[in-house]
Amino acid sequence: MDILSYLVFFSAVSGIYAIATLGLNLQWGFTGIMNVGVVGFFGVGAYATAFLTGPAYPDAFGGFGLPPLVGYLGAMIASGLAALVVGLLTIRLRHDFLAIGTFGAAICIQLLAMNLKPITRGFDGLHSLPRPFAGLAATPVAANAYFLAMVVAIIAAVVWALERMVRSPWGRVLRAIREDEEASAALGKNAFAFRLQTFVMGSMLMGLAGALYASFTGFVSPQDLLPILTFQVYVMLIVGGSGNNYGAVLGAVLIWALWTMTETFLGAVLPAGLKQQVSALRVVLVGLILVLMLLYRPQGLLPERANVSREARLQG
Amino acid sequence: MLTLHGASKHFGGVKAVDDVSFTLARGTITGLIGPNGAGKSTLFNIVAGALKPSGGRIDFGERRIDGLPPHLIYRHGIARTFQIPRPFGVLSVLENAMLAPLGQSGESFWNTLLRPGRVRAEERANRDKAREILAFLNLVHLADEPARNLSGGQLKLLELARALMSDPTLILLDEPGAGVNPTLLGQIMERIAELNARGITFLIIEHNMDLIMRLCRPLVVMAGGRLLMQGEPEAVRNDPRVLDAYLGGTA
Repeated sequence: MDILSYLVFFSAVSGIYAIATLGLNLQWGFTGIMNVGVVGFFGVGAYATAFLTGPAYPDAFGGFGLPPLVGYLGAMIASGLAALVVGLLTIRLRHDFLAIGTFGAAICIQLLAMNLKPITRGFDGLHSLPRPFAGLAATPVAANAYFLAMVVAIIAAVVWALERMVRSPWGRVLRAIREDEEASAALGKNAFAFRLQTFVMGSMLMGLAGALYASFTGFVSPQDLLPILTFQVYVMLIVGGSGNNYGAVLGAVLIWALWTMTETFLGAVLPAGLKQQVSALRVVLVGLILVLMLLYRPQGLLPERANVSREARLQG
Repeated sequence: MLTLHGASKHFGGVKAVDDVSFTLARGTITGLIGPNGAGKSTLFNIVAGALKPSGGRIDFGERRIDGLPPHLIYRHGIARTFQIPRPFGVLSVLENAMLAPLGQSGESFWNTLLRPGRVRAEERANRDKAREILAFLNLVHLADEPARNLSGGQLKLLELARALMSDPTLILLDEPGAGVNPTLLGQIMERIAELNARGITFLIIEHNMDLIMRLCRPLVVMAGGRLLMQGEPEAVRNDPRVLDAYLGGTA
């Protein structure tokens, strides 16, 4: 029973990561937008859902007790708007500058979470968020299982929609912009508009992931907005296969499994003196896997497909 | 159809294109020649919108186009190729071509979700047209190949194929003959003449004098960023200023 509840918990969290990775895949995998502020949009979604669905807090504005579904939608809208503002400011920048700009945006968002106490309660965070299905399920494990089913359904719907969208002229333009923006402009494509579209859409998925995370754990604080999350999502995408939606999901599950298992495993095998270092060591380990992957299989476990548009094949 | 009025492009103190004025007549294959550094490619870039001109005015038909972004200039019917081909390497040759047409409703993500039938029908028509153009340029056997696998000469043809997909009225070709073997070059020249006969106007930068003399009429000569002369090939060939420019005394 313990194993089962652990598996449900693990799967739900890795599913949440998968949604964020799908969002990054749209930005980085398909369009080549180096968004290093994944955690910022994740955070906007997490706080927005807490703001909408949480209980009324005596010392902060917000906590409207709305249903979780409203919280998720609100989170997507909030993170989409945040991405629109950040995108209008930064999306014209090229790779390294865009990376710095989005990283800075994520830091700003974390600073807001820490300091905008009338809404976020600072480091105390927003707690006691309603957990979906808590009233419907007999046990906490069953509630988690319902939640997992919902996450899986969301992933299926998102993958279905994304596949439809990218395996089309729209997706073809994204890849052309990723390959050579100037040449795509010379063929009539407004690269700015497409880049902004995927930046906003991808960030909305990151916001949805943040919202699901907050409502699953019932709590959100600035501690959930650490830059390491951006790094994790990138590793998930690169290992799974940048430019492949199924790869993004696979990578999220595998890397999250590695991440959580190393804690238990390293904790068990390391001598007492080193046990303190487990959390640092697993960053090293995941970083090592990333480097090996980039050296020996840069296309990821499930590489990008050569033909994107469904009609674009002469033979077969 | 294309008129430049004192078009200029300065990079700091360097006047890459300096007060150039000429008119390109509809239906011609006009050659743009001049020694290296004459400003020919920069001129292409300001016409196509890849660079913003520093001064002057460019009209295309009734429309003023200088300073417009490249994607809008393309929509007005000017297509260009690059001196060094810029294929989308991971896309297939077919998809490189299918990317180019204007007004694809499938380029809106809403339509891909809400009107899949219409997008699919358009894609089939687009594919058939691409196949036809690739066949015309002898690339159809490579259609499913990623574009990065093509040879230099084949990439030149692919650039031309992409340019044709949007039914432009003017095509700017930047050195279509560079690095192309003589057989393929003959083929490219034949195709350009054929397309011209169907009504497409060309402006061609080229160093291959054989191609220029056989295909282009009139010629525009640039040197040191300035327009040196415009005229029939015979007149250009015998003009002492042109000889001087090529042999070095651009005073």
